[in-house]
Amino acid sequence: MKCRKCNKAAVVNMRQHKLALCEAHFLEWLPEQTQRTIEKYHMFTPDDKILVAVSGGKDSLSAWDILLRLGYHADAMTLHLGIDEGIGYSDESHQYIERFIRGFYPNAVLHTVNVEDTYGLSISEVARKNDRGRGRPCAVCGLIKRHEMNRIAYELGYRVLVTGHNLDDEASVLWGNMLNWEIESLTRQSPVLPADRSGLVRKVKPLCRFYERDVAAYAFLRGIEYVYEECPFSIGARSLRNKEVLNQMELDQPGLKQQFYIGFLNAKERGLFTTTDQVAVELYECERCGQPTSMPGLCAFCKLWSRPSEDRFDETITNDPNIIDAG
Amino acid sequence: MIKVTYRDKHWEVPGHIAVRDLIIKVGLNPATVLAVRKNKLVLDSEVLGEDDEIKLIAVISGG
Repeated sequence: MKCRKCNKAAVVNMRQHKLALCEAHFLEWLPEQTQRTIEKYHMFTPDDKILVAVSGGKDSLSAWDILLRLGYHADAMTLHLGIDEGIGYSDESHQYIERFIRGFYPNAVLHTVNVEDTYGLSISEVARKNDRGRGRPCAVCGLIKRHEMNRIAYELGYRVLVTGHNLDDEASVLWGNMLNWEIESLTRQSPVLPADRSGLVRKVKPLCRFYERDVAAYAFLRGIEYVYEECPFSIGARSLRNKEVLNQMELDQPGLKQQFYIGFLNAKERGLFTTTDQVAVELYECERCGQPTSMPGLCAFCKLWSRPSEDRFDETITNDPNIIDAG
Repeated sequence: MIKVTYRDKHWEVPGHIAVRDLIIKVGLNPATVLAVRKNKLVLDSEVLGEDDEIKLIAVISGG
């Protein structure tokens, strides 16, 4: 199979685009398409100070690499979560980030926050001490990451927070939200989450139109080394099961994931799940951290650290990445 | 025989088979892995020879 642009041997064939490219043209195409996504959804401009949330995985490191290649002023932040589980997962993840900086961008700026040093407990510990977190730390981890990524970006004066979510991530969330008809989450799901409340920064997903496999191919061809193993806590996670289902359907119908997610975005532009009849949710300011919360008093994140031996999570926990529930 | 590795698993598969069919034959989904030969990506449509060694890289992340 030949590259559509130069007739050299192709190394990537994207069935959903009916597009095969050689290494050089694929490494040009992905940043070009990222730029188109940034512009289409008005994510940010070259004048904005951007913070990329990196984990040591392929998506976030590729997102940082692409933005720097495109010439954006993009610094990065990472959370050291203290996940060990006998394999030193968080330490290994951090090593990949440092290796990326040394190998590609020695002058890049990385802000690191160690959760245990900052709050006294690692993710694993706080999950174990919390009834809701026992055996399923992902809910606790997600809550902490959402809160801390926003806090760090806000406190450091960044206007935009970039995450490495790809199309498979978004399609998986969409699938889960549709199975449960989570209307509020469907209304909010978007490549851009605006900073529409005090204390929030704008969150954007410039890789949201790429298949996960194509981001992995980009990382491989760029020589970006990344943490290969899954988080030990994610085994059996619902998002991974959703991806498995969607990939099974993709096998029979190439392009289905793209049609599902991009079709959803297009339908939203035409009025599906719009906010016309949505009742505005009243939000309060957390007494301790100041971030928006659905109930007066402390937000779920702050309660997490103030009463670690009790179950502080109730059924109000949401998938909305911009709202820290009261719990 | 083609030698195939994926994480800590190993298979040997008779040659003259397309990468996509090989991936399905070992029980994986072609949408979830990249195929690498001699540190180069290999297209799903490429037919492999008897002596090829293929490393399959998982692409799924998240949780």
